[in-house]
Amino acid sequence: MNPKRKQRLLIILGLVSGLGIAVGLVMYALSQNINLFFTPTQIAKGEAPSAQMIRVGGMVADGTVDRDPQSLKVAFDVTDFDHNVRVTYEGILPDLFREGQGVVVQGRIHSGQFVASEVLAKHDENYMPPEVTEALRQSGKLDQMMGGQK
Amino acid sequence: MIPEIGHFALVLAFAVSICLAVFPLYGYLTSQDGFCATAKPLALMQGLALAVAFGVLMYGFLAHDFSVKYVADNSNLDLPWHFRMSAVWGAHEGSLLLWALILAFWGVAVALFSRGIPDHMSALVLSVMGMISVGFLAFMLFTSNPFVRILPFAPGNGADLNPLLQDPGLIFHPPMLYMGYVGLSVAFAFAMASLISGQLDATWARWSRPWTTVAWAFLTLGIALGSWWAYYELGWGGWWFWDPVENASLIPWLVATALMHSLAVTEKRGLFRSWTLLLAIAAFSLSLLGTFLVRSGVLTSVHAFANDPERGVFILGFLVIVIGGSLTLYALRAGKVSEPGEFGWISRESFLLFNNLVLTVMAVSVLLGTLYPLLVDAVGGGKVSVGPPFFNAVFVPLTAILISGMAFGPLAKWRQSDDPKLYRPLIITLIVSVLVGLGWPSLLAGSYSISTAIGVTMALWLAIATVVDFKKKVGLYGGLTTTLARVEKGMIGMWFAHFGLAVMILGVVMVENHTEHRDLRMGVGDAQRLGNYNVRMTDLAVINGPNYVADQATFEIYEDDQLFKTVTPQKRRYDASGMVMTEASIDSGLMRDLYIAMGEPLGDGDWAVRLSVKPFVDWIWAGAFLMGLGGFISIMDRRYRQKLEVKKDEASGEEAPA
Repeated sequence: MNPKRKQRLLIILGLVSGLGIAVGLVMYALSQNINLFFTPTQIAKGEAPSAQMIRVGGMVADGTVDRDPQSLKVAFDVTDFDHNVRVTYEGILPDLFREGQGVVVQGRIHSGQFVASEVLAKHDENYMPPEVTEALRQSGKLDQMMGGQK
Repeated sequence: MIPEIGHFALVLAFAVSICLAVFPLYGYLTSQDGFCATAKPLALMQGLALAVAFGVLMYGFLAHDFSVKYVADNSNLDLPWHFRMSAVWGAHEGSLLLWALILAFWGVAVALFSRGIPDHMSALVLSVMGMISVGFLAFMLFTSNPFVRILPFAPGNGADLNPLLQDPGLIFHPPMLYMGYVGLSVAFAFAMASLISGQLDATWARWSRPWTTVAWAFLTLGIALGSWWAYYELGWGGWWFWDPVENASLIPWLVATALMHSLAVTEKRGLFRSWTLLLAIAAFSLSLLGTFLVRSGVLTSVHAFANDPERGVFILGFLVIVIGGSLTLYALRAGKVSEPGEFGWISRESFLLFNNLVLTVMAVSVLLGTLYPLLVDAVGGGKVSVGPPFFNAVFVPLTAILISGMAFGPLAKWRQSDDPKLYRPLIITLIVSVLVGLGWPSLLAGSYSISTAIGVTMALWLAIATVVDFKKKVGLYGGLTTTLARVEKGMIGMWFAHFGLAVMILGVVMVENHTEHRDLRMGVGDAQRLGNYNVRMTDLAVINGPNYVADQATFEIYEDDQLFKTVTPQKRRYDASGMVMTEASIDSGLMRDLYIAMGEPLGDGDWAVRLSVKPFVDWIWAGAFLMGLGGFISIMDRRYRQKLEVKKDEASGEEAPA
């Protein structure tokens, strides 16, 4: 093999193994860092793992938002109109957080309560996060919801 | 009547783009110069038609023509005039029109500045750009026409522009970003043209280099502006969220950065030819993918708005045609690409190869993380999301690897460069950066942070190495002014860009590790300690804006009992949409930003308040600005404006920028 060929072969082998290792590490990192999504019904049935970071989507149930008068603690129900999940959160809620609005919360289940580390409500009033649409579709309440909103 | 002129101009542009896609290519394939010669006039005509269409839409906004549905949906009688102008690209239809206009603009630029390029080549380039234009204009006319009217009963007032977009950020961020995204189509078109013509030597690299660099510079500034806008307007003080749409702009940026560097090798040494072609195809394809992700609403993102699934299918089909077509052509022709020349294991070529490898791995990792939720959903694995921990875990170490090589590359020579003397200045660089890096965290309050030490060491290593390279060149040329006058502009651009990256990294490291941040409950009269400052809320008032009503808090910031500054963050409610918006108050400084924002009312006159001190945060955007500036300096090189000469053997290569 002439030296030029040999160099090219070595470079290609190096690139392929380097890329292979990189993709392997990326896939490993991915498997460690994904957040699974659950609907309130799934959580009520106990299908969600506890103490693992998960996401829950649905609507903020009317009349369930309770604020602590001394701090930034707040609790509210997220519902897919079949089941509710009680969510607690400490911090500033997004501007579009309102009763009857779609939200996605991220956090962990601790002794039956969902402790949120992040609350996401979208910036456009007509926009429904795909996860929330999915949760409502599964509970069969999507049409009713869409009819009610607009 | 006037909107119909715009609609007509759009249809005309569509017809012209079909001619542009077909005639020059036909002329080339049948060797008829007459058909080839239509390329430039057609490109100019397309640019003119789209400028008319765009101008008409803007007139609709300025003149409050609510009979145009797009205007009625995105404007309002109370909207100030400068936001009415930027509202033109504030939603789906108009932003596509801007996309098409900028594509046509790049076509006009190629037509005007391609005198040094053989006619058949520029004809092919414009033809490829015409094909892209056909796709986008068809998309606009058939699914997203901005000139659809509400007749005969036009509304008396409009629904108003999304309040998030009522900000100077909207005036600059999308046009800059699109200039970058779409500018990559020029590099793509040059690559396709050389594949079609079979002229696969290194000359196409020389032609497409300045175009790639300028597109990259726009993309850099566009992304940075978007990040800055997010920081002060919607991000609650964050500057990057690994949001899918942010990623969609970062991926082409990473690939374009790799492309810029590999073009240097292809132009100067004739190496990496087929790889460079592939990168040119990938960079533009990924920016199209970004457009698809933004426009189809398939991903959960702040940029995603209520969307029509039909549009997603159309763009997906277009994407498949562009990527499939270009890769097929590449597969057919790449075998004919010769790779003359060789290079040593330690040489500028090998360092640039390393750079390309790392940047590609970065781009692939971000792409995998972004698309992973879609892939899992498609195979029925349920809804998942991939958050910042993944991206940080992958991106941060790769950046460190990239930077370690960035010090060596510019010092290395082409071909063979294993003389240790060349790299000796880096020993001092290493000692200084490690010592300062290790010492740095102990100057800061709080516990010693090892990641800060590593990050600061990296930033200094790169900054000092760049200065070392600069001083070495000054030594070679014998003086600063001679150096600046005689060295290739690309070299100066590289110094700016590499130094800019060091500045940016310092900013990122400091913000991520040392931000002091508190969410509190505060009422009038309450005071809080924040870093070296005391913050006191002194007043709450209701303010009437042009199209909103705001709750405004007044905060006095004291430094050592001296009043330092008074700031007034607001919580606005926009009249037309009822949407609520946070206007944060930011006191910017070289060493830190003070960030105060109002959360929500908590009753009893108390508000949730966010207080932050963000050290060195402005360095992030200053660094990005230096990088973009470097790109613009590079293309000032006189070489690019000279008539094409027969390519000389540039074997010496000492002055070549990398």
